[in-house]
Amino acid sequence: MIEVKNLYKNFGKLEVLKDVNCRVALQEVVCVIGPSGSGKSTFLRCINMLEQPTSGEIWIDGVNLLDKKTNINSVRQDVGMVFQRFNLFPHKTALENITLAPMKVKNLSREDAEKTARDLLNKVGLSDKTDVYPDQLSGGQQQRVAIARALAMHPKVMLFDEPTSALDPEMVGEVLSVMKDLAREGMTMVVVTHEMGFAREVGDRVIFMDEGRLVEEGTPDQVFGSPRNDRTKLFLSKIL
Amino acid sequence: MDVAIQSLPLLFKGLELTLIITLGSVGIGCIIGMVAALSRLSGKRWLRLLATAYVDFFRGTPLLVQILLVYYGIPVLLQDSQEFLMNTFGMPQLIHNYAMPRLIAAVIACSINSGAYIAEIFRAGVQSIEKGQMEAARSLGMTHGQAMRYIILPQAVKRVIPPLGNEFIAMLKDTSLLSVIGIIELTKSGMLVVARTYEAFAIYITVAIFYLVITFTLSRYIDYLERRLKTGD
Repeated sequence: MIEVKNLYKNFGKLEVLKDVNCRVALQEVVCVIGPSGSGKSTFLRCINMLEQPTSGEIWIDGVNLLDKKTNINSVRQDVGMVFQRFNLFPHKTALENITLAPMKVKNLSREDAEKTARDLLNKVGLSDKTDVYPDQLSGGQQQRVAIARALAMHPKVMLFDEPTSALDPEMVGEVLSVMKDLAREGMTMVVVTHEMGFAREVGDRVIFMDEGRLVEEGTPDQVFGSPRNDRTKLFLSKIL
Repeated sequence: MDVAIQSLPLLFKGLELTLIITLGSVGIGCIIGMVAALSRLSGKRWLRLLATAYVDFFRGTPLLVQILLVYYGIPVLLQDSQEFLMNTFGMPQLIHNYAMPRLIAAVIACSINSGAYIAEIFRAGVQSIEKGQMEAARSLGMTHGQAMRYIILPQAVKRVIPPLGNEFIAMLKDTSLLSVIGIIELTKSGMLVVARTYEAFAIYITVAIFYLVITFTLSRYIDYLERRLKTGD
């Protein structure tokens, strides 16, 4: 589904990603963990080209994103993204946040778009919030609307960039449970997270990144149970 | 006092012209400013440079000089370049009357000047919108243009209204400079009345109060809008 080859990303002289290689299979849930500044968010943002990689290849469903001929806008329709800070559109209601892109990008009728949006709001447990503006929603509710917004484009892959890091502790659970449901339904997901419990329970595979490199990867049991790399051990000993 | 009252109709006519020129200039300035602001934010280097040069020039030189340049300077430039083209390339004479109508010159000068300030207002408005908004829109597959149109600009417009009101107030006062090219706006009508009656204090204080009534009302209204927009953001 996703294949990343020899990915490099520099910000000026700073090398943020160094030769990252990885594959994500269809319906797989991959969790990316690592200390802050390890490049995991940048890695994720490269996958939908919110960051322009310096070099390498990124293939999604047979399309190389770094090919100049690739229409990045149409690729992004298939790659949903959920941000740490939600980034809902504050001038639109929850429903409008969800219907906007399907209507403008996919030219869906308002009727169809709203039907999908209502179903999705129902799914994330917010069917009573259709006409509410984001600033009247709690953080957890905003993030669930943001997930619904991304799902409305019927993406093949969902990217999550620390989706619970900006939430109050009591709201983390509601967002994670929506993500669990999604994983159970077979969505292909790449999740940058500090929620080790989630990575362990939901992740099919865990990737540990440090200083811009992919240091270790394996099943959650391998990585959390018997890490091979010293830096992984050090990191896990600090947080577990 | 009597003189002031007798001269009121004339001053009102001047006020009317002041308002028309201000409204027209800020209106046209908004269009110029929008184009210039989007150019400054564009990915094309030459567009950015062009727009930056425009903004720098018209914010960095006095409006008075710009007015003189448009009213007296442009006709001379036109005449000289037409004569050059006629003499060098044998082009037929296209323009026979070089003089520029005063009112047109006034609106051109004020619009271009206002456009430079408004460009910066719009640019700041767009840039004040969180980066995440553009990213969220793009991540959903919207083009840069769609993201601007549906996400960024609607939010920026709200934030731009108060500074735009301030620009209107500034322009309203600055139109008094148009008296130098014989536009009989509010200040010039005051000067004309004083020339006839010598009642400098009574007339000029009336003129000042005219300006004040409008600017004061407007700035209170902007304050009100600002407060309302803050809660509705």
